[in-house]
Amino acid sequence: MKENLYNFILGIADNSLILGQRMGELCGHGPSLETDIACTNISLDLFGQVRSYFQYAAKIAGDGRTEDDIAMLRKEREYKNVLLVEQPNIDFAFTLGRQFLFDVYHLAFLSELQKSTDLTLSAIANKCIKEVSYHERFSSDWVRRLGDGTNESNQKIQEAINSLWTYTDELFHQTKADIAMVEQGIGVDVTKLKESYYMQVGQLLEEATLEIPESKWFQKGGKEGVHTEHLGYLLSDLQYMQRTYPNMEW
Amino acid sequence: MSEEQIKNLEEQFEARIARDEKIEPKDWMPEKYRKTHIRQMSQHAHSEIVGMLPEGNWITRAPSLRRKVALLAKVQDEAGHGLYLYSATETLGISRDEMYEQLHSGKAKYSSIFNYPTITWADMGAIGWLVDGAAIINQVPLCNTSYGPYARAMIRVCKEESFHQRQGFEIMMKLANGTPEQKDMAQDALNRWWWPSLMMLGPTDDVSVHTAQSMKWKLKRKSNDDLRQQFIDQTVPQAELIGLTIPDADLKWNETRGSYDFGEIDWDEFWQVVKGHGPMNKERMKARVGAWERGEWVRDAAMAHAEKKQERKQKQAG
Repeated sequence: MKENLYNFILGIADNSLILGQRMGELCGHGPSLETDIACTNISLDLFGQVRSYFQYAAKIAGDGRTEDDIAMLRKEREYKNVLLVEQPNIDFAFTLGRQFLFDVYHLAFLSELQKSTDLTLSAIANKCIKEVSYHERFSSDWVRRLGDGTNESNQKIQEAINSLWTYTDELFHQTKADIAMVEQGIGVDVTKLKESYYMQVGQLLEEATLEIPESKWFQKGGKEGVHTEHLGYLLSDLQYMQRTYPNMEW
Repeated sequence: MSEEQIKNLEEQFEARIARDEKIEPKDWMPEKYRKTHIRQMSQHAHSEIVGMLPEGNWITRAPSLRRKVALLAKVQDEAGHGLYLYSATETLGISRDEMYEQLHSGKAKYSSIFNYPTITWADMGAIGWLVDGAAIINQVPLCNTSYGPYARAMIRVCKEESFHQRQGFEIMMKLANGTPEQKDMAQDALNRWWWPSLMMLGPTDDVSVHTAQSMKWKLKRKSNDDLRQQFIDQTVPQAELIGLTIPDADLKWNETRGSYDFGEIDWDEFWQVVKGHGPMNKERMKARVGAWERGEWVRDAAMAHAEKKQERKQKQAG
């Protein structure tokens, strides 16, 4: 098995899986029908992407595991998503703030992945980028609206951004598999995305009359499978059926 | 306007409906027609929105990625139906906020079926197969109803509902052909959803208050009892096909009628749920009202932002 490629794909797909799961929790509970539809739609897009990645990962693994086995039957320490995407839906500001901080990265990442020498990955990136451009537009618009809305909304989104900021630096960390994939022309050198990420995020926050957090203390670990306490609960839901009724088809 | 003039307008109005012409928002219409349509259409929209909750309950726990994606898409369709239906109802001179207010205060109703809990994955199959199946039977005739915006909304709604029903049946089929545990899960869901689905088609004709007027305005084409019979006759062979048993000891094919005879429906249960005392009435309303209240600051922010943008634009222009 091409272990580095497999782990590289998991790193990408787990972000979409866990964020998709978080957005799916909100279905039917949004602040308006329009935002409800949009958040469900983002979740739907992300799970669609997850399927493409895991189907490919299953093929690479070649050991009979399916997309569902990979998505739902790993242990906590085997999930490689960044800490940012597993953070809970505290309120609409946290949800959209988290989405925005991820989307800006995701869009830049996919635009590089399109150039991958791995044709399957570049085709997946090509398909996903259309969806993710919409996500990025949606979440940026909302950060702008909440920042430059009422005093209350400004405070709430500022608080969300301040709390989530600590998880942004991890987006640009590289695992062993990431480095190997960059060397082979398959992966994306995320360290090169960092500067323009903070510039873009900073510009939008400014436009939204928000302050750019100054904290330089960052959390890390998700990419190595060391997560926050939130992930275990999310996985209990995600894995419930597969764990309770093993080896069945649905 | 004199009484005679109004009577004249009413006669012309009824004649248009009889000729199968569509009534459009700007046309004159009797006040009762407007009110009846607001009641029925908003109730329909509310049912779509409240109906998102029992299925939304399984999104995070769907057993496979394929099922999760399909369920998300389905619940999203329902939100979309709610959106068209609220918009169509707004053409009758009521705002969406007023309709929400009526839902939250309990003045407006929604389909009682959504006051039952979804306790296993098989409930996702049973809802699609039975609840959407019964809804289609109710709704297909509405594609030809007299009020234009409603009829047009229903054409799209029905197309998607029929897809949902097939999807629900497919979930049940897979379970029924699966392990004994899966088959039990499917049978249990059928047992719990069968009778509430029959109740969904409304009270029996002798007690239904709206039928005669609704027939005239093509809001209804068949009586509740006829629709129920149609649903039973259509669904029993489907259950047989996948090896599940309809939970009705009195269910029997009646050669003379060319239809199934069926057992007594527990109307006390029906009225209990309609009156707000079903297993999930309070939770469903709490979820809706909670989402609305928690979202208030978000809606206020969007409004404030739009106003600020407008002001800036005017300043620039001025």
